Amino acid sequence: MSEHNYTPSSKFGKWFNDRLPLLTLANHLTDYPTPKNLNYWWTFGGILTFCLITQIITGLILAMHYVAHADLAFGSVEHIMRNVNYGWLIRYVHANGASMFFLAVYIHIFRSLYYGSYKSPREMIWILGMIIYVLMMAAAFMGYVLPWGQMSFWGATVITNLFSAIPLVGESVVTWLWGGYSVDNPTLTRFFSLHYLIPFLILGLVVLHIWALHVPGNNNPIGIDLKKPSKDTVPFHPYIVIKDLFALLIFLIIFALFVFYSPNILGHADNYIEANPLVTPAHIVPEWYLLPFYAILRSVPDKLLGVIAMFSAIFVLIILPWLDTSKVRSTIFRPLYKQFYWFLIADVLILGYVGAMPAEGIYLLVARVGTAYYFIHFLVILPILGRLEKPLEIPTSITDPVLGGSVQPSFVKSDKKKI
Amino acid sequence: MTDIKKPKRRDFLLTVTAATGAVGVGAAAWPLIDQMNPDASVKALASTEVDVSSVEPGQSITVLWRGKPVFIKRRTEEEINKARSVDIKDLKHPEKDEDRAKNPEWLVMLGVCTHLGCVPLSDKGEYGGWFCPCHGSHYDTSGRIRKGPAPTNMEVPKYEFLNSDTIKIG
Repeated sequence: MSEHNYTPSSKFGKWFNDRLPLLTLANHLTDYPTPKNLNYWWTFGGILTFCLITQIITGLILAMHYVAHADLAFGSVEHIMRNVNYGWLIRYVHANGASMFFLAVYIHIFRSLYYGSYKSPREMIWILGMIIYVLMMAAAFMGYVLPWGQMSFWGATVITNLFSAIPLVGESVVTWLWGGYSVDNPTLTRFFSLHYLIPFLILGLVVLHIWALHVPGNNNPIGIDLKKPSKDTVPFHPYIVIKDLFALLIFLIIFALFVFYSPNILGHADNYIEANPLVTPAHIVPEWYLLPFYAILRSVPDKLLGVIAMFSAIFVLIILPWLDTSKVRSTIFRPLYKQFYWFLIADVLILGYVGAMPAEGIYLLVARVGTAYYFIHFLVILPILGRLEKPLEIPTSITDPVLGGSVQPSFVKSDKKKI
Repeated sequence: MTDIKKPKRRDFLLTVTAATGAVGVGAAAWPLIDQMNPDASVKALASTEVDVSSVEPGQSITVLWRGKPVFIKRRTEEEINKARSVDIKDLKHPEKDEDRAKNPEWLVMLGVCTHLGCVPLSDKGEYGGWFCPCHGSHYDTSGRIRKGPAPTNMEVPKYEFLNSDTIKIG
């Protein structure tokens, strides 16, 4: 963090700030020097903060009308939809808000992958982000159980049963998670309790995430270290604030299209049937944002190994800063990695697609190849590539290539075209 | 290397205090963890009695026991032969049909796929028994896993015939 020599102008402000330096913090946040070449992929941090706040507020309201009981939950959700004033709107915002949250987080993560934001000295930001991501998946999963429809019930059954793959203690762990011998009322009530808790844990981690970000400052599209403040930076307010708000506006238009025109397109019709422990729906599919992991789970024919593969898929992301041996942050200067980056994107999209399809025939084969490639990318390609690849020449400043003095000004221009 | 420090009185006190503290924290945490295990009301519903007098050969009924479906299948002669003629070496989880169905006509088992807990569909799959739609496990006419990701056969619960028409599960 940069040095603070801020003194409030008013006498009261000074008195207050000497005792609780909130004004110094506010000053730090407004003056915070930001690279001036940040593009729109950098606006998703702000969008994600908005998503989190939206989920907390709408969730708080839904909890005023929802009843966490196996006999009443399904009916209470319909009550929210039909009777509560604007209940339909609040529930649709909350349900689609989860999808928008994940859409934004995936863009945020792949931004980081492209520009090497996870690399030294920003490893802690990345790890905190990954913990937030895992908590988001837990919150989304438990939230999906609460309406107590068929997908809720069977999704809960399948996911909690993952823990039965643990040798020796698996069955006891699952019974403990359920509070019974199957997913039932005790499971629902504890999921409600935890679903309420997790967003606040995420909020706390977001504060740490931003704190860790403000120590080295933002990465930037050309991935070089900057002198701050300098001619390469602009203050956060108003430059970045306005840019973030404009991006948020565009994001909200897409959000609103889902909420008002196709609020159920990302859901499953089966979840409008009340939970029935005697009938499994013909096709159990998780929400779209979990499909790549689901494909990895199903691609391994052994139960324990399948579960291990799925959790490893997240774990390799957490240790990514140490798997990628290249010192060059931005993909703009890594001609080979740039290709593998797009292969990885294609691989994850393909895994997501086959995760939604039945686990048989060609889909199973594709899922296996996709799973293998996913791990090869992180465990083989990244460590080797960092040693073999010859990076392009990197400018020493953001401003110089534009205002002259650079070896190759075309870097910055080609950056704009590609993104 | 002979002057190994003798533990002093303060070292001893520190170790004892830390150990006592750890035991205390563990004891205080246990109720917070154990409260999530099945409670008394859940355990009280541990057994159920089923009237099977109206089930014809080839039919099967599903009853709920401890929140899980139990398949009670009255097997045909053909299905029993099919289950008993299998070479035990061909099985992923070797169990004799004789051990799974004491009374060969009646197969009683938890209708829960041992992969991830879905309810398999009856009279489906490549082995004429059950097929799990979730991740494609095939079970034979004895409920044994034959193909797919499930690791074990469908579980046979504790049950007994109270008389020729009534089965008590649990």
